Amino acid sequence: MAIEKVFGTETEYGIAAAGADFNPVLSSSVLIATYAGSLRRIRWDYEQESPLRDARGFEPLQAREPSDEDLGLANVVLPNGARYYVDHAHPEYSTPECRSVRELVVHDKAGERILERSLEEVARSLPSTPKLSIYKNNSDGKGNSYGTHENYLVDRLTPFGDIVRDLTPFFVSRQVFTGAGKLGAEAQWDERGRSIYQLTQRADFFETEVGLETTLKRPIINTRDEPHADPDKYRRLHVIIGDANMCEVAQFLKIGTTALVLKMIEDALLPDLTLRSPVQALHTVSRDLTCTAAVPLADGRELTAVQLQWEYFEHARKYVEREDDQPENREVLERWEAALSGLETDPLSLHRELDWVAKYRLLEAYRVRDGLDWSDPKLRAIDLQYHDVRRDKGLYERLADSGKVERLTTDEEVERAIMEPPEDTRAYFRGRCIARFPDSIAAASWDSLIVDVGTDALQRIPMREPLRGTKAHVEELLAASEDAAALVARLQS
Amino acid sequence: MPEQEQKKIQKKGGGAGGDAGDAGQVKGSSKAAELKEEMDEILDEIDSVLEENAEEFVKSYVQKGGE
Repeated sequence: MAIEKVFGTETEYGIAAAGADFNPVLSSSVLIATYAGSLRRIRWDYEQESPLRDARGFEPLQAREPSDEDLGLANVVLPNGARYYVDHAHPEYSTPECRSVRELVVHDKAGERILERSLEEVARSLPSTPKLSIYKNNSDGKGNSYGTHENYLVDRLTPFGDIVRDLTPFFVSRQVFTGAGKLGAEAQWDERGRSIYQLTQRADFFETEVGLETTLKRPIINTRDEPHADPDKYRRLHVIIGDANMCEVAQFLKIGTTALVLKMIEDALLPDLTLRSPVQALHTVSRDLTCTAAVPLADGRELTAVQLQWEYFEHARKYVEREDDQPENREVLERWEAALSGLETDPLSLHRELDWVAKYRLLEAYRVRDGLDWSDPKLRAIDLQYHDVRRDKGLYERLADSGKVERLTTDEEVERAIMEPPEDTRAYFRGRCIARFPDSIAAASWDSLIVDVGTDALQRIPMREPLRGTKAHVEELLAASEDAAALVARLQS
Repeated sequence: MPEQEQKKIQKKGGGAGGDAGDAGQVKGSSKAAELKEEMDEILDEIDSVLEENAEEFVKSYVQKGGE
């Protein structure tokens, strides 16, 4: 029986500034530290990878002076349970763990608002800093890519080979609704350069089928095995092939359909749809705006991306009916079916739902009005500004503001998620502890909190079960604990 | 090839939904007028928010190091 899916996204945002001496690493750090501002800066706990993490129960740890690394680049845990930090040369936002797709859409949007607010804070408190801009996309158009990763909790017992076999054709074909659209080709073998528009930002950067890399020779299936949870029970599937979505429907579909497919993989219910050449198929699908190109399967059949998706959809429909009949799953099916029907009859009809269509529509209309060639730099500027997180400047935001794309969230929900964690995962415990006891949380990670209770030894609270530490589990405990020492004492008793 | 793709999709969009990029081809009907109005509105909006020196800016937009 499939395990319940818990998921989250990690987004590396593009960062730029006017001026030649711009340092993206330091600027990202300033951005995050400035946002953290009044929030106490909580160090991220890198010790989670040490052998200590396997110990059960509470471990007394030696108090120590912070190392240079600790004092380096900004890396904070927020009261909503998210992590906000510098990753290479980008500000990165990892949502808290969610178990509802809709809630993840809300938290992913809250990340955009946090980045926007960070820009405002920097402009206000450091007025001499060159004006920064932030983009939620995955490519600079010059051959450099940065990631939007998804994470899903998966049963450790599921053979990894099953995941590779059944998920690869799914990832290749889901591009038809997950793509954020891109003007230009960046794959070295594609000489068309600037004159094409394609479905996804990321397809150009994928060269292999399976592997551990995320920055070179990127694989369709990434094998990183850091569960951030009980490693005997769980795997965290680290998905690196998705685009950063602005459209809420696209984001909902990306997470919702993938979670359902993973459940069906765990229950061994899917047919073999192995592709003959997955990487080639990935590029073919991304370059086919009509969504009619067929790709060869290992068994000799040729199916389009939409037909492959129908295969997954039909199995999911039966699966939900028979085994997993929940309202949100029904909503995933409804939206999935509507998207596939639309893609089959007229892809451009999905301009309210899908990023690649919404952006294509802007570019094409602008191009026709001004008689521009597809390689015109102005169109590239429009492509980039679609992903600008500022609500008064970002072109996606302008579409959303005037009701031209479909929203699934309300501004109020997103605003709340900037400070409030999901209530039904361990993110609740993490976020609430940071909000309640900011001076006592010495460090935090996905699967533990390290608490300073005022004695020599720091106390580690393990959080190895993603579905424990929910509001239902710990609300009373937190309410009854006047400080962090009392909380630890209650947990130990 | 890219040009063919673009043409194909325009044709398809115009046929079924009277959609993107076809404002010029579907003048006449009231639906088309509405569509044109909507697209004009969007394009005006782009003009009003597009960064100054956008073309220069996009040329200098380079992101090294990720993931």
